[in-house]
Amino acid sequence: MTRYISLLLFCFLVQGCATRTPVDYSAFKESRPKSILVLPPINNSPDVSASYSVLAQVTHPLAESGYYVIPVSLVAEAFKENGLTQPTEMHATSLEKLNQIFGADSALYLTITKFGPIYTVVNSETLVAIDAKLVDLRNGKTLWVGKAQASSREGEQQQQGGLAVILISAIVKQVMASTLDAGHKYAGIASERLLTAGQKDGILFGPRSPNYGKDAQ
Amino acid sequence: MNAPKVLLWSICLLAAMGGCASKPTALYQWEGYQANLDSYFRGDKVGLEAQAQLMEADLKKIKAAGSAVPPGYSAHLALLYGQQGYMDKFAAYLNEEKSRFPESSKFVDFLSRNFKK
Repeated sequence: MTRYISLLLFCFLVQGCATRTPVDYSAFKESRPKSILVLPPINNSPDVSASYSVLAQVTHPLAESGYYVIPVSLVAEAFKENGLTQPTEMHATSLEKLNQIFGADSALYLTITKFGPIYTVVNSETLVAIDAKLVDLRNGKTLWVGKAQASSREGEQQQQGGLAVILISAIVKQVMASTLDAGHKYAGIASERLLTAGQKDGILFGPRSPNYGKDAQ
Repeated sequence: MNAPKVLLWSICLLAAMGGCASKPTALYQWEGYQANLDSYFRGDKVGLEAQAQLMEADLKKIKAAGSAVPPGYSAHLALLYGQQGYMDKFAAYLNEEKSRFPESSKFVDFLSRNFKK
């Protein structure tokens, strides 16, 4: 009997070891940011429209999570007025300067790692993947890091039929992906996943949300 | 138990259950704000004047519904007017953003100083 119990305890121990280390929210909770400056995302994909496609869709999840989002179009224009046209240059701006101009508590640095259609011989997928880092603009501390992606292949049925059927379906999908601007849609889904509070490893609720301070983390 | 009483209880029960099932309500009414941001960034589909008209029409809907205007909405409208040279409307909508969201004060003041004609 005791042998079984110790075996059981051992299993629990092993399981305990296998779980991922939880995200440290102490800096986030201490910082209590009210407003977020979203810098135009750095784009590492070949699609030139990726950066502003994502930037146009980040206000909704962040605002509904309880934060004030510094108006994204005016942020982009203010950078351009100051001679910065590339997101990489904008991301290199000092925190003091960002705080001085935009008056935000925190800055969100986004990097698009994948955006748009990926073609293979037998299939075509639209994939958008984004990395994020939230930084306190008052003291430079990193408050949160996260990543998310969205793909057209999620929930897709396994292809049935011969190779010809698969090939035709791949061609149809390639045409659709390029004409319907599918990247933009999946950029929206990925942004919602990445920046909506109340999820495991996600951002915490902001002060304008009724859930502020009631995070499970 | 008579029929009206049963009916009343059923309604009460349903209302109570509805309370449990209701989803958390959105903080803001968004309408086409993010789609408008996208057309602005692309700069090739709809002209600035048409974009501002769409934003104004949506703003009427939001106000008629008694809902909250999203962060950045008035500020983006200000930008659309500013780029067409309507500096009075630029200033008015920026001030609307500032009074609705005091978090924007510093940036609005910066914009008011730097984007005068």
